[in-house]
Amino acid sequence: MADVPQTVTLTIDGKPVTVPTGTLLIEAAKQASIEVPSFCYYPGYSLQGACRMCVVSIEKMPKLQTACTTVVANGMVVNTQNPEVVNGRKAMLEFLLTNHPLDCPVCDKGGECELQDAVFRYGAAETRFVETKQHEDELKFSNLVYYDRPRCILCYRCIRVCDEGMDVNAYGIGFRGSHSEIIPNRGEELECEECGMCIDICPVGALTSGTYRYKTRPWEMNYTGTICNHCGDGCKTTLSVRNNAIIRANNRDHSGFNGEFLCVKGRFGWDFVNSEKRLVTPLVRRNGSQAPASWEEALDVTVSRLKAVLETHGSGAVAIIGSNRTSNEENYLLQRLARTVLKTNSVDHHRTGDFSTLVAALSEAKATDRYATMQDVSEARSILLIGNDPTHQHPLLAFQIRQAVRSHKAQLHVVNSAGIKLALRQAAQFVRVNPGDERTVIRELAAGGGPESVSSLRAKLGSESGTIVIFGDEIRGDSVRNLVRWGLSLPGNTRFIALGDYANSRGAADMGLLPGSLPGYEPVSSEAARARYAEVWGATVADVPGRNLRQILDDVKAGQIHALLVFGSNPVKTFGLPGELLGKLDLLAVAELFATETTEFADVVLPAASFAEKSGTVTNTCGQVQAIKKTMRKAGTRSDLEIILALARELGHAWAYGSAEDVLREIITHVPAYNVALPSLMVGRAVPTRPAGAPPALERDDLVFSSRDTLFTSGTVSRFSWALNSVNEAKRPHGHIF
Amino acid sequence: MSDYQSYMKGSPLEVKVISARFGLPNSTSIDTFLAHEGYQGLKKAFQMGPDAVINEMKSSGLRGRGGAGFNTGLKWSFVPKQTDKPKYVVCNADESEPATCKDRPLMEYDPHQLIEGIVIAGYAIGAHQGYIYIRGEYRYLMDILDRAIAEAYARGYLGRNIQGSGFDFELCTHTGAGAYECGEETALLNSLEGLRGYPRVKPPFPAVVGVYGCPTIINNVETLCNAPHIILKGAEWFAGLGTPKNGGTRLFCLSGHINRPGVYELPMGFPLRRMIEEVGGGIPGGKKLKSVIPGGSSCPLLTADEIDVAMDFDSLARIGSMLGSGGVVMIDQDTCMVKVAQRIMKFYAHESCGWCIPCREGTAWLKRLLDRLHGGGGLPGDPDTALDVSYNILGKTLCPLGDAAAMPTISIVKKFRSEFEEHVSLGACPYERKAVAV
Amino acid sequence: MLSEALKSRFDQVIARYPLKRSAIVPLLLFAQDEIGYISDEAIEEIARRVEVRPIEVIEDISYYSMLHRQPIGKYNLQVCTNVSCQLLGGEQILDHCSKRLGIGHKQTTSDGLFSLEEVECLGACCGAPAMQVNYDFYENLTPERVDRLIEELKANGKAR
Ligand SMILES: Cc1cc2nc3c(=O)[nH]c(=O)nc-3n(C[C@H](O)[C@H](O)[C@H](O)COP(=O)(O)O)c2cc1C
Ligand code: SF4
Ligand code: FES
Repeated sequence: MADVPQTVTLTIDGKPVTVPTGTLLIEAAKQASIEVPSFCYYPGYSLQGACRMCVVSIEKMPKLQTACTTVVANGMVVNTQNPEVVNGRKAMLEFLLTNHPLDCPVCDKGGECELQDAVFRYGAAETRFVETKQHEDELKFSNLVYYDRPRCILCYRCIRVCDEGMDVNAYGIGFRGSHSEIIPNRGEELECEECGMCIDICPVGALTSGTYRYKTRPWEMNYTGTICNHCGDGCKTTLSVRNNAIIRANNRDHSGFNGEFLCVKGRFGWDFVNSEKRLVTPLVRRNGSQAPASWEEALDVTVSRLKAVLETHGSGAVAIIGSNRTSNEENYLLQRLARTVLKTNSVDHHRTGDFSTLVAALSEAKATDRYATMQDVSEARSILLIGNDPTHQHPLLAFQIRQAVRSHKAQLHVVNSAGIKLALRQAAQFVRVNPGDERTVIRELAAGGGPESVSSLRAKLGSESGTIVIFGDEIRGDSVRNLVRWGLSLPGNTRFIALGDYANSRGAADMGLLPGSLPGYEPVSSEAARARYAEVWGATVADVPGRNLRQILDDVKAGQIHALLVFGSNPVKTFGLPGELLGKLDLLAVAELFATETTEFADVVLPAASFAEKSGTVTNTCGQVQAIKKTMRKAGTRSDLEIILALARELGHAWAYGSAEDVLREIITHVPAYNVALPSLMVGRAVPTRPAGAPPALERDDLVFSSRDTLFTSGTVSRFSWALNSVNEAKRPHGHIF
Repeated sequence: MSDYQSYMKGSPLEVKVISARFGLPNSTSIDTFLAHEGYQGLKKAFQMGPDAVINEMKSSGLRGRGGAGFNTGLKWSFVPKQTDKPKYVVCNADESEPATCKDRPLMEYDPHQLIEGIVIAGYAIGAHQGYIYIRGEYRYLMDILDRAIAEAYARGYLGRNIQGSGFDFELCTHTGAGAYECGEETALLNSLEGLRGYPRVKPPFPAVVGVYGCPTIINNVETLCNAPHIILKGAEWFAGLGTPKNGGTRLFCLSGHINRPGVYELPMGFPLRRMIEEVGGGIPGGKKLKSVIPGGSSCPLLTADEIDVAMDFDSLARIGSMLGSGGVVMIDQDTCMVKVAQRIMKFYAHESCGWCIPCREGTAWLKRLLDRLHGGGGLPGDPDTALDVSYNILGKTLCPLGDAAAMPTISIVKKFRSEFEEHVSLGACPYERKAVAV
Repeated sequence: MLSEALKSRFDQVIARYPLKRSAIVPLLLFAQDEIGYISDEAIEEIARRVEVRPIEVIEDISYYSMLHRQPIGKYNLQVCTNVSCQLLGGEQILDHCSKRLGIGHKQTTSDGLFSLEEVECLGACCGAPAMQVNYDFYENLTPERVDRLIEELKANGKAR
């Protein structure tokens, strides 16, 4: 066959347009900034040719053609404006409106409705339809998704996003002709991931949100682009606020690497912020029981007890447990508080993935250019997934993986102890192992030999190039080293992603909420590093690693720790710690959003602001830094940043930070790998970081473990989300739909 | 079991090619078939070789009997020769076009003729599997075909190495379950794949990307039944039976207001007037003819003074109608044309698959408008609205069902407009009034 | 419970296609022939055998007009009223059946013996007006022929 030219040139409305061969006419028009209206066409999903809204006239073709199904050809002469086309569109809209209720004033989509806009731009003034419209009652598909048949224009977007995008296939079409309707997969109800993608992708008000419907008009809300606070993937989301309460979250502008994607947590799980169970007044324990107190009092008590403990027992008797959700700025200041004010390196957090060892291994191999981003995954040709269940624990990552498989047949290789959905539905190869044997597989992959399944995996990966290696908490410590060493020996640029649970799990490690590492994974043992930070902080840092989280808890048991500060963490639950022990402390101060198993035993409870109520940055599991923006205020709460600053001040260290941004500036200038461009962060970009350093080896195996959240849980906060708890799936056994 | 007499009344004017064996005792058995030239065409095809077969078909001027009238040989020639994909032959036995009942006798009285035609088609394009997609209502015909297929296997006319030719071909029936749209070739393919009968975007055409994404030819029952005769007696002979570019004969189904309704095999281009008067024996009760549906309800209707036309694809196209599927319906003077239009639209509204907007919403709208108009609630603007809505459907739908709904409506409103206006002004159907009067 | 005979027929039919799901519509119709309608059990069973999600089977059922999920009469009278039949009194035949049985379109007699349905062209245009009782054709109908037929069917129906 003769070689095909890479581009074709055609004329649209007199404009010459040159586009790659195989481009669809509707996309070519877009490039020439000519709008061709459409409903059923949706980039990235299969073609329907159903709505006929995109009709255009093409020279030498008998009748109007649909731009969404026509592939451009050289010399094609297209007209999108002539009377025939204009009338064609008018006709389609008149048809659509014959049975479409004109209830726009009370329709959620009013103001954001593609049909409304199309009628405004292309529609006929009046209709000749005089028959009565057929009414049908609205159906409740689930607590989060409602369906209004008369409003539905049958563009089949919901079906495709659920089928092709989510691989859930919860929707079908029922009946025929003008009786056709969208039907859910379980009788009257949906059984699905409840991601709500169908709601956003619906061009009209046919699919509406159980949490948003009939609450407001789109133009009455304030919109803030920020980052979802749940899993570690870091989806961009737009919070819509009215009367100082969040009403909706979505990503209509497709900004961020998640495009149109949000999972059920991102789209609905923010409602914990509005929960009336939020802590809004500080609590101080007086003769046994916690009582409301003023902020001043609460801080006084904390500080005076801290001072007392320091005087009598020394800094070895204090420790800090940090959070997986607080911002980088807060984490940075928290470890500074520990190291320079309390004079202890005993600061740690619940580590949900072994980022440190990944950094160490890549640094040793001089391969710190090999961190993969979320975008990289959707473009990957070969992916190796070891452990974890992204469908539940990293919904966006799972979406990206499916996209890679769908769009360009990427080869997915899975090593897992469970038949996870990605392994059963998308994987080219699935090596199933006993729990714990993921590490064995890696050893065998590296050493050669091993069972047939492993050697064929080795062979296949040997034939791929540029594989992205993604691993969960099953791989930690030396296994990470082995994996990296072997992975780098594969053809092409192998890149890596370590998976951690929450919105800022990665940031906690990056910012040095670790007993042995300063911000940027520099060991406290490093003379140079200590010197540099001493300069920045105007205070020295102890050269021996502090106590890690397990040791801190042992010391609490052993009565060697007398004061414990906990920020946004629930150790009693997470580490199964008998709370009574905490009762014995001279000081347990906890900054939290809600009453938890840990606050129960606190001497001081400080009501903290949530992600929606503060600004800063977070770093996703791939190491991409993104800005979170203050959306609203919650009376009575203070951000962890304010709390840390206040404590420092009361302890005699008046730090000169006016805002989170000042802290960020310091991080940018002084933390290796965080020299990111502030402006790109501010315009909402996801800026990748490539840390290099020599952090100490993982102290003990049981320091790293994931909470194994499902799609419908998110640590402690999800207990306070009506939306997440109200969907049936959340009540069913883990993984039932998949 | 259709009653042979009522379908095959016979006429001296018939030229029997594909219906020649219908009357024979035990006509469905393979022995009867073999005793009357059965499978001779196939044997000859094996000697000619695939390309020769396709060329013979092309020059015979055989055009699709399903409705579209596309040159069959040409269609076969579009199937790619070099491909590693399997190829398929699908026989369209969905016969659902209103007023059409010609494939029925072909399968009922001479099933082996169809099987032979299908195997020839398979041999010509290099397919090794065939499916007969038969409408669900035709269950008894499926049983007849299944028996015939079993016989053909037993006698080596299906299966491996057919008659020592080295050619393998598998064939089975596939039942539909009630959907006119599944007669449309791409909807049929989806239905055959177990999906809802929605049409596919063309191109690609089935000849290149058909069932299971493989090259596929889809032909009507009657079309395929002609193949053995063309191969056996030659393209020239076949072409000679009809008019230029319209080779052979055609089964016409005469129904409605006609004295001798039935299926008649007449040469292509047979004059419509003679068909009505001489073959069909005229209009019952000596009534006057008002209108004719020339080829199934999808075709624009003719008025009584348009019947001096040769019944072939091109002649009917010339007067703005179509030969369609061979269903010829006579409508007498006492018939309400608004009611005819209403009933036709009721059908298309019921059968619209609902995939694309103009067909789904347009047919529903027109049905309700015509219901209201015939029911007496007509408004002065209705005839024009009916026309506009039809034109807004025409040429804008994904598959031709939309056109099939629009075309008859446009022709009826245009040609019998006064009847519509009378309904409006009377606020009732004049004909039902008369009915009441007598 | 689906009969063993039906299940083995399922296997034969499925084996005819390179893609199992091709068998869905035939299987549904054969299941309906045996059970009288399409039960939830049948849906699950078919979905399992052709390896699709149940909703894909349900989508098909509501598309094809011959398939139904509710039991209907032992004899389903399907009267054609399309053009060729209409011109020769198809609608009168429908009305006659309706009066005679006391049921309307898509209704079933209380004794469960008869259902009535107005259908589109049956391909019996030259024998108009026509109807189908289950799969059997009855053509050139008159009200009298219909009465006789209904009586016969009653007799048979009661007999069994
Ligand atoms: C709505 C619609 C219904 C159709 N129904 C039938 C049918 O019942 N039988 C048939 O043979 N062709 C039918 N056709 C035509 C087929 O699409 C196709 O053209 C034909 O099967 C090709 O075979 P042929 O070339 O032998 O005619 C229909 C077309 C449309 C648009
Ligand atoms: S995938 Fe993760 S980040 Fe994205 S919306 Fe869901 S929970 Fe939020
Ligand atoms: S966008 Fe082209 S048909 Fe819908």
